[in-house]
Amino acid sequence: MDAHNNDPISQYEARLAELESKVLRLQEERSKSSPAPAVPKNFFERYAIIGIWVLLIALFAFIDSGIYDSSRFFSWTNFSTIFGTQGVLIVLTLGLLLPLTAGDFDLSIAANMTLSSLVVAILISQGSPTLVAVVLGLLVGAAIGAANAFFIVFFRIHSLIVTLGMATFVIGIAKWISGSRTISIFGANPTLIGWVNQTRLFEVSMSFWYALILCAIIWYFLEYTTPGRRLLFVGRAREVARLAGIRVDSVRALALISSGAIAAVAGVLAVGLNGSADPSSRIGLLLPAFAAAFLGATSIVPGRFNPVGSLIGVLLLATGISGLQIFGIPNFVQDLFYGGGLILAVAASQLVRRRQPMEFGS
Amino acid sequence: MQKTPALQITNLSKHFGGAVALDGVSLSVSRGEVHGLLGQNGSGKSTLIKILSGFLAPQPGAKLVLYDREIPLPLTPGQFRELGMAFVHQHLGLIPSLSVTENICLSDFATQNQWRIDWRGETQRIRRILTEYELAIDPTTKIQDLPQVDRCLVAIVRAMEEVRSAQEAHGGEGILVLDEPTPFLPRIGVEKLFNLVRQLVKKDASVIFVSHDVDEIMEITDRATVLRDGQVAGVIETDRTSPEDFIELIIGKRVTAYQATHRKKPADRSAVIVSDLSGATCRNVSFDLSGGEVLGLTGLIGSGFDEIPSLIYGARTALDGMLSIDGKETMLREMNPEKAIGLGMAFLPADRIGASGAGTLPISDNMTLPSMANFARKLGLDRLGMRQWAQETGAAHDVRPNNPDLNLENLSGGNQQKVLLAKWLELKPRLLLLDEPTQGVDVGARQQVFAAIDQAAREGASIVCASTDAEQLAQICDRVIVFAQGRPVIELTGERLTKEEIVFQCYSALSVDQTALVE
Repeated sequence: MDAHNNDPISQYEARLAELESKVLRLQEERSKSSPAPAVPKNFFERYAIIGIWVLLIALFAFIDSGIYDSSRFFSWTNFSTIFGTQGVLIVLTLGLLLPLTAGDFDLSIAANMTLSSLVVAILISQGSPTLVAVVLGLLVGAAIGAANAFFIVFFRIHSLIVTLGMATFVIGIAKWISGSRTISIFGANPTLIGWVNQTRLFEVSMSFWYALILCAIIWYFLEYTTPGRRLLFVGRAREVARLAGIRVDSVRALALISSGAIAAVAGVLAVGLNGSADPSSRIGLLLPAFAAAFLGATSIVPGRFNPVGSLIGVLLLATGISGLQIFGIPNFVQDLFYGGGLILAVAASQLVRRRQPMEFGS
Repeated sequence: MQKTPALQITNLSKHFGGAVALDGVSLSVSRGEVHGLLGQNGSGKSTLIKILSGFLAPQPGAKLVLYDREIPLPLTPGQFRELGMAFVHQHLGLIPSLSVTENICLSDFATQNQWRIDWRGETQRIRRILTEYELAIDPTTKIQDLPQVDRCLVAIVRAMEEVRSAQEAHGGEGILVLDEPTPFLPRIGVEKLFNLVRQLVKKDASVIFVSHDVDEIMEITDRATVLRDGQVAGVIETDRTSPEDFIELIIGKRVTAYQATHRKKPADRSAVIVSDLSGATCRNVSFDLSGGEVLGLTGLIGSGFDEIPSLIYGARTALDGMLSIDGKETMLREMNPEKAIGLGMAFLPADRIGASGAGTLPISDNMTLPSMANFARKLGLDRLGMRQWAQETGAAHDVRPNNPDLNLENLSGGNQQKVLLAKWLELKPRLLLLDEPTQGVDVGARQQVFAAIDQAAREGASIVCASTDAEQLAQICDRVIVFAQGRPVIELTGERLTKEEIVFQCYSALSVDQTALVE
């Protein structure tokens, strides 16, 4: 026993073990003491976005009362308009979350929405029952998602390339079937307009409330269901997911098909909101959807695409734009806000991640 | 034999924190000499190479002399080029989709601007160089279309050309460092490689040949420096030394204080049967295990033992083979992870954060990944229950700090491994497959991982552990199979199951196999 203790290596190992236990004790003390304060450690990081939103509203309200005396910005009429008009973008962003969580991009989502809305509008204007038109519209959206999934998963092409091509291809079809014209449903059968825009709750168009319901469903799906958790693992560590027996390919395919179907939901809401569909005006929603999704990923559950963060992301951007427009700042401010918002949001989340290189699955 | 030295290092030391990787090492390489550098994993070989290539700075006090010129240490990264040194690593650094010409010219393109590249001229120049080295390689072929041997030769030629262009500026004939270039080469490829090396030294260049393959060192080198535990164990003249002396010098004669924790001897060997398994390297491997038995698989790098766990689990597709668990047979060609889990298998890969766990997700999510279905309630997943279970399991496996909300990447290597082992052990696997289970795991956690493996075996699981860590195998295994060139060579049990014997068999396995082939 003595000889053993005099061995320099065992002395060295004993010393190491001693130091290690000391470090661990310190670590444990630190982690024990941290939950004690009332405010969680990353409270600021998680809810900063809400703070920024409130500050922005306060700032505009202040300027507003200074310039116009009467409050044109800080009024329920203005906010019910903001909420009502953002329902479509919120739904589109929520659709985008699923493939993003699985590590894939869907750049065809706005084009998909455009085509689905045209399908719905054309069917209704030609006399189909509203419900049939809506279901067919959703099927078209899911089919586009399935086509994306086929090329991405079967041929192993990067999602950026497939969905970039798909976006233009789908817009081509949209122009073709509409003859590049606006298709109105006012004359034919305004039921859908009734469902989406004329029914109101607290003066806000139903499209917003539908978006909220979808937000809750997706939040529940991601947090409280096994498929939702699997989706997260597939996006974060594909090899880990595969070795845990998850069918990675089907998970990715289902995420893309769901995003297509949800894009079609956004298309249906757009028809109900405007009473018409056209092949060009809503393609521009692609970038705001990405901006909101990435902005959302900096908050609520930092570092993760999450529906509540995205919802607030959309409203934050919309509030900023609405405020500036009320003060007569011209339309280009939209582009500045959305484009700048996307880059700043990602830059902020990179700071949180200590500027590690971003990796997206292929 | 002794000519003026091309490279001379004296008193080279390197500490990592408290650990000593190199301790007063000297190395002297003559002009026109092939000098071997040998040692086990962790003996300091790669640290020495990294200091020479400028990746690491040594402790002060070391001295480096190249062709009678003293060079101040540390070297800056890339400085070795100007000094007339070139490195070829196991990972050859070639771009597979580009041609031989483009790959050889790569280093010129990287360092100088050329606005009019004369492709035809370059191709002719490369063809001339290749002929000069007596290599029948077409410079317009893409690297990916070349056999592994030729790729290796191209990498060496490229390195030599770099040396040559550096010599025009300085004196000396150049020093080529070959850092374990052979493990993946078939015998005939090694021959070609040696021919090229002999050509080089004929022109008075020097070659440092890093390897752990004793036969190759015996064949090609003039002298060799053997490292053990960060010190020079000896410098030998190759043709005056027997392979046995060589191996003894490499592994030393330290008696280990460890003893295997022996369980009740397993009786029947029919619980798990693997037959005729073939993969990328291994061929027609068969073995069987009883319940509660821990089987070790080992060998030198490239001997094929390391792919066996992933082939059985279906993480990689096997070319052929059959698996039987409790009498239930499955073709291994059709195995996939989902089926494997269904059959009661669990697999812990060596790549901890790449393949075993998701670093950016919390411990609780990682731990519950395979057993998530147990937490499904009517109203969805019981997230609080998952967190609480992860906390309890973490406490049982002594995960520190035991905070289930922490991301996995924030834990130390050892604690990560405890979490990942726990996630599989909770499924009570029938067959547990481990690949280097304690790589990068600290001393204390290592014992706990061993204890967990031992506990699983006591509960009746069959365990396969692929590892190059002989000490670990001697400690946890009931039986160890040593591999060479894709085939099992010898099985060690009982008295013969010691660290020294395992290492000895790994290094002698190749010679045994070759004499068998000759006969």
